[in-house]
Amino acid sequence: MKEQLIKELEAIVGNEWVQTEKEDLICFGYDATPGFFNLPDAIVQPANAEEISQIVKLANREKIPVYTRGSGTNLSAGAVPMSGGIVLFTIRMNKIVEIDPIDRIAVVEPAVIVQELNVAVEKFGLIYPPDPGTVATASIGGTVAENSGGLRGLKYGVTKHYVIGLQAVLADGQIVEFGGRTAHAPGYDMVMLLTGSEGTLGIITKIVVRLMPAPAHRKSMMAVFGDLNDAGKAIADIISHNIIPATLEIMDNYTIRTVESFVKLGLPVEAEAIILAEVDGDYDTVEQDALKMEKVLRENHGEVKVAKSSQERDQVWAARRAALPSLAKLRPSTFCEDATVPRSKVPDMLRAVIDIAQKYNVQIGTFGHAGDGNLHPTIVTDLRDKEEMKRVYQAMEEIFMTALALGGTLSGEHGIGLGKLKYMPNQFGEAGMSVMRSIKQAIDPNNILNPGKMLGEMQVP
Amino acid sequence: MIKDKELLRDINDAISNCMKCGNCMEVCPIYKELKTESAVARGKLSLMEAVLNGNSEITAGFDKRMSMCVSCKACTAKCPCGVKADELIIRARQAAVSSRGLHPVKNMVFKLLKNRRLFDFSLRMAGLFGPLSFKKLPRPMARLLRFPMPGLDRRRVLAPFAATPLRSQYPEVIKVDNPKMRVGFFTGCTINYIYTDVGKAVINVLKKNNVEVVMPPMQHCCGIPVFTSGDIELAKVFAKHNIETFERYKLDYIVASCGSCTMAFKKEYPEMFHDDPEMKERAEAIAKKTYEISEFLVDVVKFDQSKLGEVNITVTMHDPCHMARGIKVTSQPREILQSIPGLKFVEMKDADRCCGAGGSFSVAHYDVALKINNRKIENIADTKADIVATSCGMCRMHIIDGLERYKLPQDVVHVIQLLDKSYQVGAETTVKKSKVS
Repeated sequence: MKEQLIKELEAIVGNEWVQTEKEDLICFGYDATPGFFNLPDAIVQPANAEEISQIVKLANREKIPVYTRGSGTNLSAGAVPMSGGIVLFTIRMNKIVEIDPIDRIAVVEPAVIVQELNVAVEKFGLIYPPDPGTVATASIGGTVAENSGGLRGLKYGVTKHYVIGLQAVLADGQIVEFGGRTAHAPGYDMVMLLTGSEGTLGIITKIVVRLMPAPAHRKSMMAVFGDLNDAGKAIADIISHNIIPATLEIMDNYTIRTVESFVKLGLPVEAEAIILAEVDGDYDTVEQDALKMEKVLRENHGEVKVAKSSQERDQVWAARRAALPSLAKLRPSTFCEDATVPRSKVPDMLRAVIDIAQKYNVQIGTFGHAGDGNLHPTIVTDLRDKEEMKRVYQAMEEIFMTALALGGTLSGEHGIGLGKLKYMPNQFGEAGMSVMRSIKQAIDPNNILNPGKMLGEMQVP
Repeated sequence: MIKDKELLRDINDAISNCMKCGNCMEVCPIYKELKTESAVARGKLSLMEAVLNGNSEITAGFDKRMSMCVSCKACTAKCPCGVKADELIIRARQAAVSSRGLHPVKNMVFKLLKNRRLFDFSLRMAGLFGPLSFKKLPRPMARLLRFPMPGLDRRRVLAPFAATPLRSQYPEVIKVDNPKMRVGFFTGCTINYIYTDVGKAVINVLKKNNVEVVMPPMQHCCGIPVFTSGDIELAKVFAKHNIETFERYKLDYIVASCGSCTMAFKKEYPEMFHDDPEMKERAEAIAKKTYEISEFLVDVVKFDQSKLGEVNITVTMHDPCHMARGIKVTSQPREILQSIPGLKFVEMKDADRCCGAGGSFSVAHYDVALKINNRKIENIADTKADIVATSCGMCRMHIIDGLERYKLPQDVVHVIQLLDKSYQVGAETTVKKSKVS
């Protein structure tokens, strides 16, 4: 990047907020996705939307790519630069602007950490439900851009169900506001268009989210299944009994064995699946639903343990919390995917993944949000082993194709980025891709915002 | 340069285990203040990786970024992949030292430290003539520099050097009437030369529990400051000296009253000699005997609680990093405090979060250390406690500095000083009672 442009960037944000030393560039060449690394030309840390507007105007004039980055915990390489360009690091914009318990909304800047928002709204008896695994590190701007989900997705939905207003900077530097403090807005739903747009349509600078009352009571249980089909049937039966657990998780045998080998929790290593579930809400409903759910699990040959105290609840969830860390400890590199299928297909998907692991001789543990079919087949490997990596990528492709064949989708919550880019036409077809590309071209004609991601390389007229 | 890379090469596997999830961002005190990726473990490991891949060199910029770590071990405790980032950062510093040499101030201090007699002499002189260069502050154990000194920020509140070091105030062996065990006391530098009040309290409390105390006069700095700066070879010299010194005595146990010193004996010495089987065995024999004082009193001695007197104060506690994550001793100091009659214990928020001292970190990077410290001081203020108890001299000095800046009245003492106080009150009460009867 030309010296003059660096000077211009420094003039906008101040010298100390532009980094160009190679050591710093290296530290912004990656996100949490294994196998993607490229150096940017500069890292710029703006303080507000006005500064971002000026940066983007400059980038648009010079046709320089802008990669917006919050905490860089992305799992689809959405925050990785492609080649050169500006990493727009939002970390200074980390204020909770407002919490309004009557309108039941919060207004936040993009670098607020999801958990910080939850801590802040707790004293009003409220929660912000989307809780991705990275809740303690992810920036809320990133979770909006990726439309992140979380453990409570089954009952509470995902990020897009909570975003009602956005301020964003568009590719030409305009600052726009869509939606607002009510859940209703006429016209094209631009809030939803930007939510999940992975930084390709605009840079989110302020977010209005809905909040929910914190549940008064909750009850957790764990059920062990010798047969995966029984576990699948139990999930279907829970739902068809009109019970809506806040959380309904599943772990496969590979995951169970791995967790048990690292954290001795006394899990049955022969079990084909473990289901973990929690119901929350008012006391009577929770107690009733918990009883019903326990019965359904037992009827499907599940060995059930209901948590009787908060300590026992922690024990139940310790197994689930340990799933990713334990798998990650097996091998140096960890690909945590999020292929999602209709919930009735969860057992089929789990079996398919087991077969794929065998077929390509790779290590895969699957766990995830069984209730909404959002599974995390987690492939552990070593990026440095080229031969093994070839098999890993083949296995990955087959997993995604299987999910699509089962009527599912490529991503439940991690986004497409670069990681799943090549499968996009399989899900959307050429017509679907073409519509999305037209939208991108209309809003960002010079293709400067997170170029190359989600839609791939684009023709710039 | 090739050799420096070799130093990193054998940690290649360990570095590869980092999956860049960024969980270290949640807990890293430096990242919280500097707000940039090179501040956090994930970034530093990527820099090491870049050097190994040939994408970068061990540059001055590499050194600079590796120096921005307080060695608080919070990232390591948090890491889902079990990556020991704090140790890897020290290895990177080792590579940097071997490639570019030490920071000039550190180089000067370590040269002095290397020569035990000269070091001892200098600090005694500092104790005798120190009052000339320090300005007294109203609170106990707090001084400001009168003149600029290399490497020290003049805003910083320091502690005075003792006129007579601890080990010169006592005989080598401190006898008791009915000794139930014989214990070697590793005083460490801060307690020998500065906070002799802590050393006295340790000795009093051990005597109260019928423990004979031996203070080998030849003991020297534990080596942790040198070790964390990346001068591993010099740290080994210190380790060997201390192992040899304590081997000469017949001791049931060794105690230290500082988390970092204890960690050196218990963990780092055996680790330092991982490729030297003979020294490793000797280091392990010493390590097995070593306890931090609170841990020792609770787990081994089962300290006498019948002679404790009332101490009516409210106390909060700061867990030094090397206590909490280095040797994992957090419940025992609390047990001691809570055993003291009349003492009201209140937890502060994030008690085990680094205070910013980080040994020599706060000397080299005072501005960042100060910001980290501010968060600690605010958490202390929220408790409304009268006293802050901790188990590390550097934390004590750094927290006093913060309290002074915030104009807060609290004093900072070692946990054992409060126990000693309680024993003293207990003894006085017994005397009074016996006089009455």
